Amino acid sequence: MAVVFDRPHALVDIPMHYCPGCTHGIAHRLVAEALDELGIEGKTVGISSVGCSYNNYFYFNCDMIQAPHGRAPAVATGVKRSLPENIVFTYQGDGDLAAIGTAEIVHAATRGEKITTVFINNAIYGMTSGQMAPTTLINQVTTTSPYGRKPELHGFPIKVCELLSTLEGAVYVERVSVHDIKNIMNAKKAIKKAFQVQMANKGFSIVEVLSTCPTNWGLSPVEALKWLQDNMVSFYPLGNFRGRDLEV
Amino acid sequence: MGERLLMKGNEVIAEAAIRAGCRHYFGYPITPQTEIAHYMAKKMPKVGGVFLQAESEVAAINMVYGAASAGKRVMTSSSSPGISLKQEGISYASGARLPAVVVNIMRGGPGLGGIQPSQSDYFQATKGGGHGDYHMIVLAPSSVQEMYELTIDAFNLADTYRMLTMILGDGILGQMMEVVNFRDEEPIVQADKSWATTGHGMKREHNIITSIHLDPAVLEQWNRELQEKYRLIAEKEQRYELYRCEDAEIIIVAYGSVARIAKNVIKVAEEEGIKVGLLRPITLWPFPTKAFEQVIDKPRAFLTVEMSSGQMLEDVMLAVNGRKPVYFTGRMGGMIPQVDDIMAKIREIKAN
Amino acid sequence: MARVTFREDRCKGCGLCIHVCPKQIIRENRERINAHGYFPAEVVEMDKCIGCAFCATICPDCVIKVEK
Repeated sequence: MAVVFDRPHALVDIPMHYCPGCTHGIAHRLVAEALDELGIEGKTVGISSVGCSYNNYFYFNCDMIQAPHGRAPAVATGVKRSLPENIVFTYQGDGDLAAIGTAEIVHAATRGEKITTVFINNAIYGMTSGQMAPTTLINQVTTTSPYGRKPELHGFPIKVCELLSTLEGAVYVERVSVHDIKNIMNAKKAIKKAFQVQMANKGFSIVEVLSTCPTNWGLSPVEALKWLQDNMVSFYPLGNFRGRDLEV
Repeated sequence: MGERLLMKGNEVIAEAAIRAGCRHYFGYPITPQTEIAHYMAKKMPKVGGVFLQAESEVAAINMVYGAASAGKRVMTSSSSPGISLKQEGISYASGARLPAVVVNIMRGGPGLGGIQPSQSDYFQATKGGGHGDYHMIVLAPSSVQEMYELTIDAFNLADTYRMLTMILGDGILGQMMEVVNFRDEEPIVQADKSWATTGHGMKREHNIITSIHLDPAVLEQWNRELQEKYRLIAEKEQRYELYRCEDAEIIIVAYGSVARIAKNVIKVAEEEGIKVGLLRPITLWPFPTKAFEQVIDKPRAFLTVEMSSGQMLEDVMLAVNGRKPVYFTGRMGGMIPQVDDIMAKIREIKAN
Repeated sequence: MARVTFREDRCKGCGLCIHVCPKQIIRENRERINAHGYFPAEVVEMDKCIGCAFCATICPDCVIKVEK
């Protein structure tokens, strides 16, 4: 018998601190699989952000830099402009990318920085225990919208892929989900393609990964997958927003 | 003998950085330092370097953080309000032990303030401005020649000690033009950068650059190491100028452009028969306490002159430690201390 | 022929593998607690495993190795 599935080399063999059933673990593995399959672990530099995944510099086997909240795309710009032959990626949550870091992601994208962003959208702030995120859905209950998100008080959620797709520098913009096997395999393809876009020097690539937060959604891991499927996918449509036919 | 050029202060900083081997500059326009960005925009492509105008001073300091992590000599520049924006990045880079050069060409504050010169960011530069127990080495040039020499030193100090070094200038220094004598070659410290995140090439463990350590015992040890480094720097890297202090009755303590004004005051005082000297800090951090030890017995008093409400004044008082009276005169908001006003204060002190 | 190996010490008992297994041969073992205090997942009836790797694909903690 041959091994057909095992931990990728680019994922360090240590336990991860994420909650049971948190889809960060899946997303981390998909990134690591891409680094393995493309043979780029040795020349990759990843940027950790601030949120539950703040210390994923322990989990990825490539050189890693921890960045201030929201600033990862700017830090990545500094790295990539210094080491243009290296592969540089950021891994950011919805507070990091869509709240404090909106300027940085928009400008890195519009400059066409040749970096890859993995954007984990679980419609809530996990690490700080469940506050409203820019991507929290209308009527969704969080610790800072305890009566549900109301447009007249809290405004509307941000659709990051749609927003960034107006920028010419953002050559590959794709939204995926990880709520079932078919979607996980699709997410894997998109993440790998995003890295290939960088390897081909085409411009800025981003994959938005609809994800769960069982703990702060108050659901079991399996229920959380269903909540994602039933509520988030209709509001945040899956698919390609730019660069569907990019040759890599 | 190297080139001898008439140049503007801001431009000299940029030229010096390039001569020091800096090939990465990230900045944002703000008066009165934007010439640094303009010079870099023109010259960096010519030397195969990177100039990038960032979307904000916040983004710029984070690009510096990235390039420094990648092991490159990198610089950013701004003026007071923009330096406030950079404080987060400065704290993070200090915690992560990253070498880089930050230039502040001070203007009037607080808030949007004015575009005229000031020295009101002394506290921000030397006491933190960012959170946490950290320091930057702070160098205060007082001529365009020093803006060249201290910028070269700034990169070497940053690499030697793995920390940020700040060039603290003001709008006068940034805008003035003076002759600069350039060396043919610069002394470049080759520091070990095996800690940099350059891609491990499958040959070593992966490097991590971070400032977060959630275990308090670990974070305390991290801080202890920083403090030990700072202690060493305070011992070895104090710089100052003592001008005519040997028989001075009153010693002016001033830095930057104000030190230039002080030298004029000394001439005028001499004509009136008052012996005045100048103690000019060149490193504001580490504060040159050794200079005070050298001259403490000589004058009857110290007079601190600043373009602020009196910030360095507090460090002067600490250094003098009650042994002699310490006086202050200064201007704020972009107003420049006049020789006449300083002389009036000197006469007042003499009369006491 | 197929076989899966679970690293029990890494399992957080999240139940996602149980949810996706098409042959429904994974269950939560309530008779044992691992060092982290979770009821680990385990395979009963390994001979029914088809090596689809759905369990490993959805496992957030790389607990599962699949051989075929």
